[in-house]
Amino acid sequence: MNAKLTLNSVAKSFGDNQVLRDISLTINTGEVVSFIGASGSGKTTLLRCINLLETVDNGSILLDNTEITAVGLDPNPIRRRIGIVFQSFNLFPHMSIRRNVTLALTEVLGMSADDANETASNLLARFGLSDKIDSYPDRLSGGQQQRVAIARALALNPEVLLLDEITSALDPELVGEVLDVVRELKGSGITLLLATHEMGFAREISDRVCFLADGVVAEMGLPEQIFSHPTDPRTQQFLQRVIAAGRLRG
Amino acid sequence: MPRWDRVKNSFFNWDRLTFSFPRLLHAFVLDIKIFAWTTPFILLAAVFIAIARNTRAPALFPVRLFVIAYTDIMRGVPVILWIYLVGFGVPGIGLDRPWNSPLIWGSVALGMTYSAYVAEVFRAGIESVHESQRAAARSLGLSSSQTMRHVILPQAIRRVVPPLMNDMVSLQKDVALVSLIGPIEILRQAGIDKAKFANFTPFVGAALIFLAITIPLTRFTDWLLTRERDRTGASKVR
Repeated sequence: MNAKLTLNSVAKSFGDNQVLRDISLTINTGEVVSFIGASGSGKTTLLRCINLLETVDNGSILLDNTEITAVGLDPNPIRRRIGIVFQSFNLFPHMSIRRNVTLALTEVLGMSADDANETASNLLARFGLSDKIDSYPDRLSGGQQQRVAIARALALNPEVLLLDEITSALDPELVGEVLDVVRELKGSGITLLLATHEMGFAREISDRVCFLADGVVAEMGLPEQIFSHPTDPRTQQFLQRVIAAGRLRG
Repeated sequence: MPRWDRVKNSFFNWDRLTFSFPRLLHAFVLDIKIFAWTTPFILLAAVFIAIARNTRAPALFPVRLFVIAYTDIMRGVPVILWIYLVGFGVPGIGLDRPWNSPLIWGSVALGMTYSAYVAEVFRAGIESVHESQRAAARSLGLSSSQTMRHVILPQAIRRVVPPLMNDMVSLQKDVALVSLIGPIEILRQAGIDKAKFANFTPFVGAALIFLAITIPLTRFTDWLLTRERDRTGASKVR
């Protein structure tokens, strides 16, 4: 297995609030890794640092063994290789679904309008959204909007896809359709990183699970090991609370 | 106590009105012209100023400083003072015809002042677009100028059309200030007619012509604002 992403002692704080203290981990090509932990444990910040939406204070991040956090590096070519899907979808409300997907294709990759349209049509068809292609985002349900957001990120054919609590803003009955899309992505060769509160899903889909607490990796391993035999007391405590809240069967 | 017939004679004299009205309308064409050629300049300059003020690159700090100083000065100086200073002052330094026309420099002064106000409207619009939209665009590899052009500006402009119309109504009236440095537009024409007969009816006539334009524009702006509120806001609470 070769390392797709390597994080070396990554630290990030916002003012006095040190969200990430010292994060070191390696993720292999094609691997699916879920980040779990309490709210505020730094899951989202970590993903935003990997996409370079936040600059790390300390440490480094390597993509294919090349540092992407070096000062003065143009972030745009790197972002094309690392897609991100947000909790709140963040579709462009003034553009049709088609244009949401083709914007980066024509403007960033310089693709012709016809080629971009074909790519968008194929992707949206794959996610069952063909009939929405000329609609605007506010006409779609949350689940449909999130599937469009995934298609928009995938259009650039990224090597790594970051999914930042993508079902947290959805009504419960809409979660399934979005998770089905993620299931479909697994095994396609893309490296998936998820920040999630869906413990059952994390357990099902992940190759490895990473538990974040106090700005460090408290525990990382196979889903079976993390969910059934956690060794770190913080993981044990967190999982007990999750089970008590009914979000994971014990 | 002035008697009613004297008030009527001085302000609402039918003969004076019918004499002046065509002359006023003719002069008003110049107001419309000034409005028409300053507006595109104002909108373009304002968008440029608003974008410059929203840049984040450290290297562009001098540009930011310049546009902040520009808007502060333009908004801080009375319009009429600026029109005098530029409209009389610049032709006075010895420019050749036609560049010594107070009409040109008066329009420039008006445009400079209004571009600062309108830039603030655009800036408010740009800042009202949520940061997550910028994050989404940047995460797709769009540069910051592509993000501004394709994602931020189109949303910002849509939101500021109603307040923008407000400024345009205001500009439509302030065009008359240019009369103070010479050009015979409607206000000056009214002054000439007033002096001729020592009668104020021409000013009332000029006011009527302004109102015929500004009231429909104001109603239209209100309608736009209401529509925008209905579209974006929650349903009305009693």
